[in-house]
Amino acid sequence: MQAISLQELAASASSLGVNIGVLAREWEWQETGEPVESLNERMRDRLQVMRDAVARGLGGGRSRSGLTGGDARLMRQAPEAVRAIGGEPLCSAISYALAVSEVNACMGRIVAAPTAGSCGIIPGVLLAVGERLGSGDDELIEALFAAGAIGSVIERKSTLSGAAGGCQAECGSAAAMAAAAVVQLSGGSPEQCIQAVALALKGMLGLVCDPVAGLVEVPCIKRNAISSSVSLAAASMAMAGIRSVIPPDEVIDAMGAVGRDLPVSLRETAGGGLAVTPTGRRIAKEQLRQAGVEA
Amino acid sequence: MGSVFQIIGPIMVGPSSSHTAGAVRLGLASRAIAGGQPRSARILLHGSFAQTYRGHGTDVALVAGLLGMTPDDERIPDSMKWAAEAGLEVHIEPADLGDVHPNTAKMELTTASGSIVEVTGSSVGGGAIVITRIGKFDVAFTGENHALIVAYTDQPGVIARITSLLATEDVNIATMNVSREARHGTALAIIQLDQAASPELTAVLSRMNGIRSTISLPPLAVS
Repeated sequence: MQAISLQELAASASSLGVNIGVLAREWEWQETGEPVESLNERMRDRLQVMRDAVARGLGGGRSRSGLTGGDARLMRQAPEAVRAIGGEPLCSAISYALAVSEVNACMGRIVAAPTAGSCGIIPGVLLAVGERLGSGDDELIEALFAAGAIGSVIERKSTLSGAAGGCQAECGSAAAMAAAAVVQLSGGSPEQCIQAVALALKGMLGLVCDPVAGLVEVPCIKRNAISSSVSLAAASMAMAGIRSVIPPDEVIDAMGAVGRDLPVSLRETAGGGLAVTPTGRRIAKEQLRQAGVEA
Repeated sequence: MGSVFQIIGPIMVGPSSSHTAGAVRLGLASRAIAGGQPRSARILLHGSFAQTYRGHGTDVALVAGLLGMTPDDERIPDSMKWAAEAGLEVHIEPADLGDVHPNTAKMELTTASGSIVEVTGSSVGGGAIVITRIGKFDVAFTGENHALIVAYTDQPGVIARITSLLATEDVNIATMNVSREARHGTALAIIQLDQAASPELTAVLSRMNGIRSTISLPPLAVS
């Protein structure tokens, strides 16, 4: 990935008259020499793993710890009147994001996108919107390349790690990447894609990483679902022509700075936030007892 | 430059890149260092590994790696069953391994030939690992490159002979880490390479004066 900024990424794509996904694939080819067909096949494999995880997760199943599971199924089976509250594609995005995250917690196979803890958002949002638009696999694959390009820039300028930057770096980045992917899928311009990144990431700024008992389950699974709604909101606004007052690259820099300012207790250490609520502590104690470790 | 496939990827069995995928890779590295599938494994889990291994499946992930499974293998959750079938006896226990990374495991392996190999390694984030100790030797082995692990007798000229042999095949050394038990005692070299060393080279190396054993390792799996 040659781009060091979103500005540069969007400008390069626009000047070549291609979308961000096509540009990212082109750069991948230039750097690795791997033919475009082979790159497409590798991304197609990832798309298939995402679809398989959605299908499996909608079927239900408890996690290894016994803490979570079955929520994707509940959302999927909710009555029409309930689903009308959020409407489509939001309700599908929520159920798919829950499904993939629950499969992750059950030791099922997922695509870390960008991380395992945030693996539900991109498949949730992309597949839900794709179904609604009737998008073909080739378009979905290009959208995944676009999401990857955005993630590369975020990683270079800031971080994608919860331990380094809190949940904003994981679920926040995933929401931003998914928003750009959906804008591209909907026919938006590269500039609209990076505006969607800014709008999504601003909505997630400051979000802490506070896993109960240190496990990638509570609150991660439901945060994947909530992040999907932020992603769809950002994509909708960007497609309507709404622009972020703070430029996208500056938003990413701010996310990195906020992450560095977050206390260590709120960066994946289970030392703060929901992890240290009375219920969080009780769950942690039970998990330790089951593991045979003195609490 | 980072590949897009590292961002949309890897494909892995969840739930955690450090506590699950990284643990599989620690098991894979230990298996390679032991020269194949061990007969038994006593696995000591430290810090966060000890506290969260059940929920993250760190125990079954390490065993899956010892069985040669890669981080995307859907058999990982059932690896204890596969271990029993493959004749690998497993014992897991939480332990305090001292001043080490919070995600550290020590594996005491009995090899097929009956020798004991002790490997300690840490999962340092995003599925990346570092093997920090093999037997009595402090090492730093990441599994990202091709590597040679060479045990030899500490004496002048051995390292020079190893590196000039690599030069004849135009194999470039990325990093080299050497430590010894005692002067003139056993020494261990971990040589990470940019290219694979050929089987012929490894064979010549093994027969060299002063060399006790040579293990050639490919890069550890990522998908």
